[in-house]
Amino acid sequence: MTGTETVLGAATERREGREKVTGTARYAAEYTGPGRAHARPVPAAVARGRVTGVDAAPALALPGVLAVLTHENAPRLAQPDDPVLAVLQGPEVPHRGWPVALVVAETPEAARAGAAAVRVTCAAEPHDVTLTAGHPGSYVPEEANGGHPAVRERGDQDAAFAASEVRIDTEYRVPPLHNHPMEPHASTARWKGDRLTVRTSSQGTNAVRATLAQLFEVPEEGISVTAEHVGGGFGSKGTPRPDVVLAALAARHTGRTVTVAFPRRLLPSLVGHRAPTLHRLRLGAGRDGRLTCLGHEVATHTSRIKEFVEQAAVPARVMYAAPHSRTAHRVVRLDVPTPSWMRAPGEAPGMYALESAMDELATELGLDPVELRVRNEPAEEPDSGRPFSSRHLVECLREGARRFGWADRDPRPRSRAEGPLLVGTGVAAATYPVLVAPSTASAWALPDGGFVVRINATDIGTGARTVLAQVAADALGVPTERVRTEVGSSALPAASLAGGSSGTASWGWAVHEACVRLAERLATLPGPVPEDGIGAHADTTGEADAGSAYARHAFGAHFAEVTVDTVTGEVRARRLLGVYAAGRILNARTARSQFVGGMTMGLGMALTEDSHVDPAFGDFAESDLASYHVPAHADAVGIEAHWVAEEDAHLNPMGSKGIGEIGIVGTAAAIGNAVHHATGVRFRELPLTPDRVLTGLLAHETPAGTFGG
Amino acid sequence: MDSHDRTATTGHAQPDTTDTTLRVNGKPHTLAVDHRRVLLDLLREDLGLTGAKKGCDHGQCGACTVLVDGRRVNSCLLLAVTLDGAEVTTVEGLAGDGEDLHPLQRAFLDRDAFQCGYCTPGQLCSALGVLAEAAAGHPSHVTDPATPSGAPVPLTREEIRERLSGNLCRCGAYPRIADAVEDVM
Repeated sequence: MTGTETVLGAATERREGREKVTGTARYAAEYTGPGRAHARPVPAAVARGRVTGVDAAPALALPGVLAVLTHENAPRLAQPDDPVLAVLQGPEVPHRGWPVALVVAETPEAARAGAAAVRVTCAAEPHDVTLTAGHPGSYVPEEANGGHPAVRERGDQDAAFAASEVRIDTEYRVPPLHNHPMEPHASTARWKGDRLTVRTSSQGTNAVRATLAQLFEVPEEGISVTAEHVGGGFGSKGTPRPDVVLAALAARHTGRTVTVAFPRRLLPSLVGHRAPTLHRLRLGAGRDGRLTCLGHEVATHTSRIKEFVEQAAVPARVMYAAPHSRTAHRVVRLDVPTPSWMRAPGEAPGMYALESAMDELATELGLDPVELRVRNEPAEEPDSGRPFSSRHLVECLREGARRFGWADRDPRPRSRAEGPLLVGTGVAAATYPVLVAPSTASAWALPDGGFVVRINATDIGTGARTVLAQVAADALGVPTERVRTEVGSSALPAASLAGGSSGTASWGWAVHEACVRLAERLATLPGPVPEDGIGAHADTTGEADAGSAYARHAFGAHFAEVTVDTVTGEVRARRLLGVYAAGRILNARTARSQFVGGMTMGLGMALTEDSHVDPAFGDFAESDLASYHVPAHADAVGIEAHWVAEEDAHLNPMGSKGIGEIGIVGTAAAIGNAVHHATGVRFRELPLTPDRVLTGLLAHETPAGTFGG
Repeated sequence: MDSHDRTATTGHAQPDTTDTTLRVNGKPHTLAVDHRRVLLDLLREDLGLTGAKKGCDHGQCGACTVLVDGRRVNSCLLLAVTLDGAEVTTVEGLAGDGEDLHPLQRAFLDRDAFQCGYCTPGQLCSALGVLAEAAAGHPSHVTDPATPSGAPVPLTREEIRERLSGNLCRCGAYPRIADAVEDVM
């Protein structure tokens, strides 16, 4: 580090804060220039079939309706790499909610009325939207998301399990989950000849620009894509989504500036979801608590048009020492919307299942669950045999236990009650991989003593502008206030997306290198900084993607205290405590907000967030915020995040690991384990809603046949 | 252009409108309001005040919360044509004309009470509504029934959480938002 030690890690206030609290920060749908038109998609009302006719006349007869685009008249696109972007290109309907028309109108009201007036007829075909563990159509894919092999085996899992002294053979279920960022996906597009200007709500605009260039067969240089402020994404804006393609199609067709802002109810079918996962875990151990084998098998779904496999068995390849292991994924193509990334894909559902099963094992062994995890700490990454670049899971568990007061816990289930409430505590581990991607950046020194860092990073709420200024200031050895950062536009040096908890590592690396080079140039500068300033450029291609001899992951531990109402079945988390080992924390303020935010989403996963694909109609039954229950203020009680100091020289120049996703990993397991501790009942399907919990409590207290016969 | 497009010459009826006057952040505006237009779209589309956010358009998320005649409302659920003569305060009107932020805005910055910022204008307006409602003695679901009727309700942490629960935040800034509200009490 060349700068002051206080710059990196400081709790610097986020730079765009003033715009956000005064309402002047502009999001993608808020470029309200004159002549801007609004477009609204018409969703398919069948789960599988073909469009046989679109009668646009009733819509076109409405005041303010400008055009109705369908697969018959929409501009032709080149074949996209991502099939979800081939909108209005053919009559096939791969799932309910697929856009079959797009109404462009002068006002949002006219677009809505127009969309309701378009008459679409479809030839429906029989559909299948129901995931089952033994679905006859299921198969073993080549890879799961992230490029992970679908199946990994070490030793002989089956034989080791059969021979184990203690065996846990258990199943867990996680329903479909929805990202639901507060800002629905939106894009505003305008063409001038072959030049396209786009404002979009995306986690990375370089990919948006490349995709639009490919689809519309125009040069990338003629396309400008900006995402100045993005109202959350959580993975759902990690790849270009149909909104930006529809906006560009409508703008091309009408010659107008067109905004497509997806209605909330269309998000579940158009922007990806976390696929449901069915887990089977087989854990074998000796009486000493050491695992002899670890089996984790996952079944999940994908759509007809794209294979996306939630890599939920992957964390079992990282977590615990076990000489024998089998981790495997199966997937079935159903007539469902295409699943995609949602915060910690793989880790979030996988660690819910694994860490719940570990708790079952601890109970079976009569061993403290913290101690069980400590006993199974591996010397190297179990799957690869590579050494960890750093791994401080045990420190997180110990530090969390100390802060939480774990030592005072009575381990017996159902040992604490407060009136009608049962009280319990639980623990679970967390992990998330270190991901990093090449990026480019430039750094400029100005004659007034200021500096400018330019990079197409995207600030989706993480505070990228702020932390990159800190990285730059550290490398330049100047106060953070002297550095301005420009992010969020494809006109800037190309950079990777804000996803996979990789943003700060990837962008910071390029910014650091550019600033180090600039500092070298400044050191040898004979006179003052010239009028035009001087700059330096960096490209981390070849370095950031060079791979590593080390297994690189962040780790953490989650502790939860819950109450279970024996009258209503309501579970409430009244304490959630996370401790993380995630390398160097670069901004204490924004990092804490991200950790707490991840834990809050984990709270929703544990207790309230539930979704079903309706078997009759093929639609998500819970597709809006009245039915899909994300945590509210009243749910967020006693949530705290901490971290342990972690030095790791094998990461990037800042020594940081990603922090955006690990907060959701394991949180649901900690809560579920606390519910078991409170009640003595093991619930194996999320979320832990009152109907399930009350049913479980009643069955536990009055087993079938003993009450009312 | 083809059969699915309107031609510029066809004489379609215009939507029904009514002249409506609202005061927004102290300034009067008279507009021919489409009867279907909700306050949120009037603010965003007609006045360019995009601080109030469209998160769901159905009163489920609170991102569009503004103050109408001093009371917090979901502006996506109010037909603008019904608001003739109303006084509307949006997030853009909280700071006043100078550089100084409203103390609650300052507290949001101090506490890092947001991440993506999309729910923030609604949280701010809603919190100001909460402060006024509690001062006026409005009970909430968690208010002790023994609290004297009409007396100001002390805003405990639980009260703040309960009363702000109509304002969703997917980034999970809830604890910080409650901290910020406590800072200005």
